[in-house]
Amino acid sequence: MDLNMDLNAPHSMGTTIIGVTYNGGVVLGADSRTSTGMYVANRASDKITQLTDNVYVCRSGSAADSQLVSDYVRYFLHQHTIQLGQPATVKVAANLIRLISYNNKNMLETGLIVGGWDKYEGGKIYGIPLGGTLIEQPFAIGGSGSSYLYGFFDQAWKEGMTKDEAEQLVVKAVSLAIARDGASGGVVRTVVINSEGVTRNFYPGDKLQLWHEELEPQNSLLDILNSPSPEPMNI
Amino acid sequence: MNFMASKQPENSLLGPESDSQRTLYPYVTGTSVVALKYKDGILMAADMGGSYGSTLRYKNVERMKAIGKHSLLGASGEISDFQEILRYLDELILYDNMWDDGNSLGPKEVHNYLTRVMYNRRNKFNPLWNSLVLGGIKNGQKYLGTVSMIGVNFEDNHVATGFGNHLARPILRQEWHENLSFEDGVRLLEKCMRVLLYRDRSAINKLQIAKITEEGMTISQPYSLKTYWEFSAFENPTQGAVGSW
Repeated sequence: MDLNMDLNAPHSMGTTIIGVTYNGGVVLGADSRTSTGMYVANRASDKITQLTDNVYVCRSGSAADSQLVSDYVRYFLHQHTIQLGQPATVKVAANLIRLISYNNKNMLETGLIVGGWDKYEGGKIYGIPLGGTLIEQPFAIGGSGSSYLYGFFDQAWKEGMTKDEAEQLVVKAVSLAIARDGASGGVVRTVVINSEGVTRNFYPGDKLQLWHEELEPQNSLLDILNSPSPEPMNI
Repeated sequence: MNFMASKQPENSLLGPESDSQRTLYPYVTGTSVVALKYKDGILMAADMGGSYGSTLRYKNVERMKAIGKHSLLGASGEISDFQEILRYLDELILYDNMWDDGNSLGPKEVHNYLTRVMYNRRNKFNPLWNSLVLGGIKNGQKYLGTVSMIGVNFEDNHVATGFGNHLARPILRQEWHENLSFEDGVRLLEKCMRVLLYRDRSAINKLQIAKITEEGMTISQPYSLKTYWEFSAFENPTQGAVGSW
């Protein structure tokens, strides 16, 4: 671990964010941990932010930078929607994010995943990492926790999933990343966007599946000590 | 073949260092240890995580060990250095037993030994990258002390390392009192460990609680704590302020 990091090398950010397309729309997912150094400043943050009625963005990296970028884009999109007379497309929203990220690349430290549904293209996911590259993808992962998910998605991702399959995949993936990434944690939030509208979901930390070397939570050690011993076995 | 010869600048005051190695920064680390005195002895808690930077790499690391008959050592920081300390203490206890004189090293003596080791290593710019908690009881006398990687040492009714100092000690200052029962002590430690689980990035939800009394040392099986996430404020925190966190 080199403490004198090369400041020009891309560096991962504290968070796990995911965006996945399915056969009717998109599912966005994120953890809820915001840290300042090693301290968890907010254990229940909301990293999935609304840009328009039909387009949301997952934020990672600097909390301040990502909030400012999304605030500006929300503002421009609002004006654009009025001028256009109909909902903005996901592509336009993603390009506005890209414009700001790219033109301020030396000052910003934020990776974003834009996801939404419009009547022309249906459900779409765009990844916009550090530097401001715009890349349309069937699914996107980002943040420091995503390092632990490349192998998982290589194996588990399939084209043409149903809404429930896609959401379960996202929840499982964020939960796996939380298990191994110290910078991710808390609850799993998902946002499902399709022609019918937007649904927000909330999966608290204690309701998630247990992984390797994780144990069933208890109220206290005293309960374990006071619980009756198992019956001797009869062979 | 020349493997990365260590370079000394001309004006170095560091002395010959051609063969020696030093821990410059930790690799696999353990987080907080929290301990308190209670009616019958000492209670100590630590999670079982070994982090590798920000990765929660190892989840079955025992960071508390019995030392001799009367002491319990908990460590945070570099795990390899902790293992080295256990080797030193093993030798210390072995020599103590070899005297076969009916006397055995108590927690105060072990703490003093550790303090000397840590401070001397610090003076040679080659620290053991740990914060240690040493607790025990001998002849009815309870003892609880701590040593840091630079040799700062003291004893108290409750101690903690790392984040535990910031998050657990304030709770203990409020709620600790003389002659805590075993149940109350465990509940108090669990309260501290739960806060650490919420607020320390390197904490994992798998811990052990160790107890040392005149009878001896026991360490609990690994277990997890329940956590609470169902505050209504957590469900939709940005409803009134879209774009905030």
